[in-house]
Amino acid sequence: MVRREPFYWVSMSCGIMVLAFILLPLAEMLTAPSAAMLQETLKDKNVISSIRLSITTALSAAGISFVVGTPLAYVLARTQFRGKHLIESIIDLPIVIPHPVVGIAILSVAGKNHWLGEILSDLGIRIMGSPTGIITVLTFVGMPFYINAVKSGIEAISPRLENVSRSLGAPLWSTFARITFPLAWRSILVGFIMCCARAISEFGAVVVVAYHPMIAPVLIYERYEGYGLKYSQPVAVWLILVCLTLFLVLRILALPRKKTA
Amino acid sequence: MIKIEGLNVHLGEFRLKNIDLSLDEGDFFVLMGPTGAGKTVLLEAIAGLVPVLGGSISIGGRDVTRLPPEQRGVGIMYQDYALFPHLTVSQNIKFGLRYHKHDRESAGKRFQKFVDDLGIGLLLQRRPETLSGGELQRVALARALMVEPRVILLDEPLSALDQGFREEIRLLLKQIHRSSHITFFMVTHDFSEALTLADKASIMNNGAIVQTGSVKDIFQKPSSSFVADFVGMKNIFPADFDGDTATVGSLTIQLPRPRNKESGHIAVRPEDIVVSLKPLRSSIRNSFAGTIRGIIDQGFLYEIHINVENRVFKSLVTKGSAVDLGLDIGTDVQISFKSTAVHIF
Repeated sequence: MVRREPFYWVSMSCGIMVLAFILLPLAEMLTAPSAAMLQETLKDKNVISSIRLSITTALSAAGISFVVGTPLAYVLARTQFRGKHLIESIIDLPIVIPHPVVGIAILSVAGKNHWLGEILSDLGIRIMGSPTGIITVLTFVGMPFYINAVKSGIEAISPRLENVSRSLGAPLWSTFARITFPLAWRSILVGFIMCCARAISEFGAVVVVAYHPMIAPVLIYERYEGYGLKYSQPVAVWLILVCLTLFLVLRILALPRKKTA
Repeated sequence: MIKIEGLNVHLGEFRLKNIDLSLDEGDFFVLMGPTGAGKTVLLEAIAGLVPVLGGSISIGGRDVTRLPPEQRGVGIMYQDYALFPHLTVSQNIKFGLRYHKHDRESAGKRFQKFVDDLGIGLLLQRRPETLSGGELQRVALARALMVEPRVILLDEPLSALDQGFREEIRLLLKQIHRSSHITFFMVTHDFSEALTLADKASIMNNGAIVQTGSVKDIFQKPSSSFVADFVGMKNIFPADFDGDTATVGSLTIQLPRPRNKESGHIAVRPEDIVVSLKPLRSSIRNSFAGTIRGIIDQGFLYEIHINVENRVFKSLVTKGSAVDLGLDIGTDVQISFKSTAVHIF
């Protein structure tokens, strides 16, 4: 048998430590509440509605990213222009800004003493303390993940395929629909999942813009603050289970099909 | 058919400079040049796939410089074939039909004809990823021809193929060209492809066209040392001219006719230089004594490097003659070439 190098043992131990670091707290939390408690929690209307709100707002944010982010990702993947790096950095900004700052920034333009806030108010759109506000925040934090995933997906498709399609008579729009989209849809789905995942986990920015209506992370925090660890855990478990199921389904859809000869 | 005037393209670091080119309908035109010369960019400019900075391109008398690619009637086939990986062979071939007015019956017949001619009947339901290089090539060709373009642009169509396939596809291209009115515009860096396929050719270097003419003319009368080198002239020397002789160092070389200019280059193809052990008794005017300095195996032939008065001449000799003559490094030999074999530029 080949003698393992010390480096092998070092990497193995580090790997085990990292996995334990991630899995131990999660496993502890998932197994802490009893089945009865989990069942009890499900009867709580606030829990159900907060989880539902979390999922619908996250899906809406991903949907908005899909509609407005896809064309932008396409342009960034396919064209070279002055200032492109600047635009890419701007798109990445929400990833690095501390979460409460995002909330404060959004409120500062949505407030009545800002012209944009005034227009929104005239149109009857309320950001503060509303699902619209939550969706706005989640889109803000989730969009970069969507755009980056789709952009790299489109970059991986040879522009020559689009060129040939154009030379065969297909206009740009038709080329996108018949060539680019069918080849990039997995990346689009992956971007959608990433955006959703980021949106569902958001707490800091949402809590500033909309404490009510409560999304699941805010509810979990409130339970923890008001009643302690024991009462926040079952809600967290349900949120995790619902999210895992959702992402698992989407992931399976995004997996490459087995090649058939 | 295609008329390009003063075309300028800037694409990142890359530039096409003042390209002028004119092709007749039904020409088989070849664009040659080393890697990085700008051949593919010129193709893409004709197809409308890269932005043009200045100049104009017209096809069939219509200025297409500002037209989008789909309105130009120009088909393009890339070196890597660029078949749509998510579509079957049949769907690939029919991809462009819906954008062109066609009646179902004649399109069906045309489809069947290409499928038969190109021998791809058994591949129709397969995906590109399962096809071989030669099969991909045929499918890409059928797809481009299916929409009946006026011009077809081929970007090094043969370079990715095995030698055997290459011959086959070369014949096929020639047949298709003969049986259609389509103007063929092919990029290659292989001069032998040009010789067998094209009537007319241009040589490109550094984003500019350096010579245009019949393939034969380019081969026989290269206009610069770059073209001479590119088309395989290996013996290129700077020379001073005086009447019908050229002086290369201490050698005096007879020229086919008197020259007006004082200095320039002369070139002799290696296959035009005869190697013998003794001076030949013939009318050949240029004959010099030298010593073999190197022998390079080129398959059927040897390339012999002969040192004559500190200048190295290269000659091609069949392996049989090399053995008969007993050629080896250090052998003293005589090299001879006709004055008509000397090219001047």
